[in-house]
Amino acid sequence: MSFSQDKSVASVLKLVKAPIYSHCYSADRSVLAISCDKNCLVYRLHPQPQLIATLADHDKLVTAVDISIHGRIVTCSQDRNAYVWEPMSNGSYKPTLVLLRINRAATSVSWAPSGYKFAVGSSARIIAVCYYEQENNWWVSKHIKKPIKSTVTCLSWHENGVLLASGSTDGYMRVFSGFIKGLDSKEVVAGSPWGDKFPFGSVIREFYQGSYVHDLQWRSNQERVAFVAHDGTLNIADSQGNIISVNSPDGLPFQALLWVNDAQIICGGYSCHPVMFAADFQSVRFLKDLDKPNKGGNTPQSTPADGQEEEENAFSGISALRKFKELDLKGKVTADEQESAHENTIVQFRPYAESAGNVSQVSSCGLDGKIVIYAV
Amino acid sequence: MSQSLRPYLTAVRYSLEAALTLSNFSSQEVERHNRPEVEVPNTSAELLLQPIHISRNENEQVLIESSVNSVRVSIKVKQADEIEQILVHKFTRFLEQRAESFYILRRSPMPGFSISFLITNKHTETMKTGKLVDFIIEFMEEVDKEISEMKLFLNARARFVAEAYLDQFVY
Repeated sequence: MSFSQDKSVASVLKLVKAPIYSHCYSADRSVLAISCDKNCLVYRLHPQPQLIATLADHDKLVTAVDISIHGRIVTCSQDRNAYVWEPMSNGSYKPTLVLLRINRAATSVSWAPSGYKFAVGSSARIIAVCYYEQENNWWVSKHIKKPIKSTVTCLSWHENGVLLASGSTDGYMRVFSGFIKGLDSKEVVAGSPWGDKFPFGSVIREFYQGSYVHDLQWRSNQERVAFVAHDGTLNIADSQGNIISVNSPDGLPFQALLWVNDAQIICGGYSCHPVMFAADFQSVRFLKDLDKPNKGGNTPQSTPADGQEEEENAFSGISALRKFKELDLKGKVTADEQESAHENTIVQFRPYAESAGNVSQVSSCGLDGKIVIYAV
Repeated sequence: MSQSLRPYLTAVRYSLEAALTLSNFSSQEVERHNRPEVEVPNTSAELLLQPIHISRNENEQVLIESSVNSVRVSIKVKQADEIEQILVHKFTRFLEQRAESFYILRRSPMPGFSISFLITNKHTETMKTGKLVDFIIEFMEEVDKEISEMKLFLNARARFVAEAYLDQFVY
């Protein structure tokens, strides 16, 4: 098996056999946390990827993991719970249960840029915004309930830590206010094009897409949100309520996206390879495929088979043997077939190397249990 | 392959590829459950997608019902006469009794269809989606061949039995 010819794949980490639904790097990129079945695995990346901790308090599938700028790991799971894992000096992690007060699975989690609060999306049609309460020594949550009508699939914080974008399976992309009194100050949102007042839980804007929203991300300096939906589109919404969109070139929907810089977005999903889009304020359009397997190149084993045939024709009566051999080979891939680095759906992108808002290396995780780093 | 079979299979192939875009989705109605939404009575209509019905003629049809985390594919195998009806019934019953070794096979077909497959996000996570589609398309190609072969064999055997039996009455 050979990878495709373009040089976009920088490295491939095959860490686990199970699907990786979510992964995250620490701020200095020395620690990698991945979700794997009921556990969250923490790796030290240098010099060799090495497992340093297994966070194993959940009893159902861990759906999302995120690391704050202070190094705290938050995990959430289909068992309705979320834990904040505080790194200790001896290298272990101390879990603290978060009082989410939800009665269905938690699906997504995202730290606010400040690292003092985070949001958890859930199948209970609730977004819980959680923050630390000093006097009781635990993480408490405030709920955003209305008008979410279905499972919340993805969340993204604006850089100011107040605006919270969310996508859900009811087909809406909504922008909420996640303003917590005592934690956020009103100065950070002064002059925001999204409004004047941001009381907690209010809907600032909503955009109807009509199909499941899989992922979304803010571009804070442009005051825009990009999101991908199950109808195979990439859309960018701005504060005026305008949407520009483009279709997936493979006809299959995207599961993940990431702003690479002010003018480029990388998307990935069911076609198993990333796609780059160019976005300005008027339009968004297809730019290039990364690591796309070259489908035209593989004529199924024409020349090697001929040689074998001649060899076997020398012995008459061996054709029955060959028939069984062929049966045995049924469904196998020919050796010269090209494959993309990910063999299954890409579900999340994270920036791996970035400077001043420009990402030069993108890390992705997929259902095949791989972490792939692409140079863009 | 006959001329009209190819577009039929192509339509099924592309529809399946589009339908097999599944994600892990925990139930939003029952606590701590994760179940194929296409199989359970559902009060959240948004989780079920528009079913696709592909029909070559009244005897050969495919119904693809998709949802957020599972797809049900039902196939109606060609049954031209009563013998074929019996053969298809026996053949699919044979497969369904061994459903667990076929992973994606559903134990009973949907009403009006000969055989049904149930593909969930667990299957697309552990197997390659392209290969799953290939498997179903190959099954559709092979099953017609298989049934007509069995029919020929049955007819030949019936002729032989009849000859052997009627030989006694020849003087």
